[in-house]
Amino acid sequence: MTENCSTSERELMKSPKVLTLASVGAVALSLGLSACGGSDNGGSGSSGGGGGGSAVKFDQGSTAVVRPSDAKGGTLRFGQSDDFDSTDPGNTYYAFSLNFSRLYSRTLMTYASKPGKEGAKFVPDLAQGPGQATDNNKTWTYKLKPGIKYEDGSAVKAADVKYAIARTFDRGILGKGPAYFPQLLIDGDKYKGPYKDKNLDHFKGVTTPDDSTVVLHFKNPFPEVDQLVGFSGQTNPVPQAKDKGAQYALHPISTGPYMWQGNYQPKKGGTLVPNPNWDASTDPNRKQLPAKITVEAGIETNEVDNRLLSGSLDIDLPGSGVQAAARQKILTDPKLKANADNPLAGFHWYIPINTKNIPNVECRKAIVFAADRDAMYRAYGGEVGGQLSTSIQPPNVDGRQKGTDAYTQSTPGYHGDVNQAKAALQKCGKPSGFSTTMVYRSDRDKEKATAEALQQAEARVGIKLNLKGYPSGTYTGEQFGSPSFVKKEDIGLGTYGWAPDWPTGYGYLQPITDGKAIVPSGNSNPEEENNPDVNKMWNQVVTVSDPAQRAQIYNQIDQKVRDDAAILPNVYAKSLLYRPTTVSNVYFHAGYGMYDYANMGVATGG
Amino acid sequence: MIAYIVRRLIGAVVMLFVITVSVFVIFFLVPKAAGVTTDDLAARFAGKSPTPDALAEIKERFGLNDPVVVQYGKFVKALVLGDKYDTGTQIINCHAPCLGYSFRTAQPVLQQILDRAPVTFSIALGAAVLWVVGGVSVGVLSALRRGKIIDRFSMGVALAGVSLPIFFTGLVMLAYVVHKWNLLPEPDYTPLTQNPAKWAEGLLLPWIGLAFLYAALYARLTRAGMLETMNEDYIRTARAKGLPERRVITKHALRATLTPVLTIFGLDIGLLLGGAILTERTFSMKGLGQLALDGVFQSDLPVVVGVTLTAAVFIIVANLFVDILYGVVDPRVRL
Repeated sequence: MTENCSTSERELMKSPKVLTLASVGAVALSLGLSACGGSDNGGSGSSGGGGGGSAVKFDQGSTAVVRPSDAKGGTLRFGQSDDFDSTDPGNTYYAFSLNFSRLYSRTLMTYASKPGKEGAKFVPDLAQGPGQATDNNKTWTYKLKPGIKYEDGSAVKAADVKYAIARTFDRGILGKGPAYFPQLLIDGDKYKGPYKDKNLDHFKGVTTPDDSTVVLHFKNPFPEVDQLVGFSGQTNPVPQAKDKGAQYALHPISTGPYMWQGNYQPKKGGTLVPNPNWDASTDPNRKQLPAKITVEAGIETNEVDNRLLSGSLDIDLPGSGVQAAARQKILTDPKLKANADNPLAGFHWYIPINTKNIPNVECRKAIVFAADRDAMYRAYGGEVGGQLSTSIQPPNVDGRQKGTDAYTQSTPGYHGDVNQAKAALQKCGKPSGFSTTMVYRSDRDKEKATAEALQQAEARVGIKLNLKGYPSGTYTGEQFGSPSFVKKEDIGLGTYGWAPDWPTGYGYLQPITDGKAIVPSGNSNPEEENNPDVNKMWNQVVTVSDPAQRAQIYNQIDQKVRDDAAILPNVYAKSLLYRPTTVSNVYFHAGYGMYDYANMGVATGG
Repeated sequence: MIAYIVRRLIGAVVMLFVITVSVFVIFFLVPKAAGVTTDDLAARFAGKSPTPDALAEIKERFGLNDPVVVQYGKFVKALVLGDKYDTGTQIINCHAPCLGYSFRTAQPVLQQILDRAPVTFSIALGAAVLWVVGGVSVGVLSALRRGKIIDRFSMGVALAGVSLPIFFTGLVMLAYVVHKWNLLPEPDYTPLTQNPAKWAEGLLLPWIGLAFLYAALYARLTRAGMLETMNEDYIRTARAKGLPERRVITKHALRATLTPVLTIFGLDIGLLLGGAILTERTFSMKGLGQLALDGVFQSDLPVVVGVTLTAAVFIIVANLFVDILYGVVDPRVRL
């Protein structure tokens, strides 16, 4: 590891408390000044993030478009402390990457560009209409709109969509995106992608009878194909001759309103300029308003907030909300608060209880009964941080029912039921309690506080939780997401969070409750729920065509997993998003869980 | 003198070999000892919930199934002879010294390092000029005005410089100079050859921040050295011979004082050229330090290993340079 410190800096690095105090002090001081700076700077050019905006209200953008405008021009400036997982629409899974990629890519279906719940619905994009299902939902046909072109003026063909899907089968080259197509389409276990087998005829999962027809062939009935082809960028067409494999991400050929100017420079940034071959008449879901869109990666985390508040940055790209210091500043300043939104972000922070290491359901029930939900709720920041959860599915999931509390209560001020917990421990055969390990992400204060709150609550009934923190970078992959590690370390429960791939019960619950979803690493079912009844429902639900009927089954699965005490619901996350007054057409998008990036403009026009 | 330089060069090569082994052990063996499996390593390059087939493909492509000795052999071979990487549609030649290929960014690591190095060099060298000139001048002045107000004041400032970390002073400077008073734009890198004025303007805050930190150390070091030297017999002799005070100070006292300063400078500049991590992070500069940090956060092992080795080379070269300079300054070390 490289070192850049003088002696004093080295010493400070060894002292986390000193380091933390110093940085917190600096951040608080700098944020206070930044906000003041924003007020001073309010009206010039494209600055002026702080203050202003007297007509807007706190949380207005959660349900309505703030500053609607079709004014063109100006530079829209995105910034982030980290970077995209990939700028290749076919090889990304981050929600903000998918959201942002809509500026330069189009898929068969896409999320509706609307505020509120309407935004979670899927509408045609490249396709003329929703998919036509035949063969008991095993075959889905899409007709492409005519006249859609790439940035170089060449026409988009059905074969390019087929190729785009085919390339996602090579998990060695493009392994970061969703793996639904290799899992669900026919021959998914045999076909290895076009990099190993260049003859696209060998790929039977998608056929193209003509230049405008795409037919998807599934191994088994699958009813949510409109969502599947719309939630990710994997049906964004890729011309085979232009594909550069792993390096295609540096300049994906655009079909959207913008295109990359030169190459995107990973970990540094890039610039989007208007795509002259994009035709607005074929695309009701996007606008082409700013004259230029810039992205800067690698900005210091708190400096991102500084720039937002001072008006030198328009959007925090990851869309997960401001940091703690800026949050405090915004919530205590009415002018700043009027330019902030506090929507439900789509995540549910919950506690998986491992069914392998705690196999007795009564022991798991005891944990749920004893949990102090109020303390856990407060650990997540109370009212601004989230909402007490009831079901596993968060409220943005289509058809989700609130559900009845199983062994716990979501009423405010509920501290757990010690008597019920003790009774469950009796039935479990461990009347004096037991000991197990609880893990959490050590660099996330809220998760640590949640674990400590649960530790105290469980101790009341003799359940001893040994807390262990792990870095978030490896937590979901190598510790809590690794069944072998969970077994070796005897991990009984941990903090966790999940947002839906698409907002239906399948998109949310399947990866976290289906026994088939348990994988050796990066496991999203850390409770290792493998209940035959639940698995049976998963096998059945895909044969049901009616979305309302499917939603009922999803709700039953939700209830069943909570009855198994495999998941202790906690908090539906809320984020605090800041929208500078420089940005027009701002609204929270329920599908992506952040502002919609495909329709923004620059408010000042300059 | 030549024999001395050859000895130092051989030592540097041996040191580099030891470092490659150490780096490999730290990044490849230690995680295994901590329970990280090849599946876990492969999962770092995969999306959410990767299937066993996907993990197998990634392991195959990255050679994660190979024994560690084989992996090390490939690593050294790539360094010496170069390597080739398959992007799916084309084979990329990674010429020697090939430091690997980042599967996060789909670029050879060396290319990224060469791309970032001018930023780090600009920060380090600009700051070095400020801190050496400022630190040594203040140190000399303090020593000559020992116990006076100027000495106390400058040593107080120096103490603050040593005590305050860059992420504190940096954030405060950004808040005032950039966001509050709008005196400077946000720090950014413009190549020197493209626009020297913008280059300096964009780097001014990182220079000042870094120089404030280091100058403090150099001022204290110079002051202590000067105070000690000024009491030496040969200084008294020089004065007794009637040499002007300015000459006594600059030619006799300061020269002797600079020897330990030179040692520290060699180490510091070597460390900084390998990546001024905190400075680059604080000022959002895309240099080698930021590259290393991103590599750590994104589990981009080839990048972390590449930057580590590069930093080691810079430190070794800087030390070699200092050793050779020593040989010139003090003939005794050649023995």
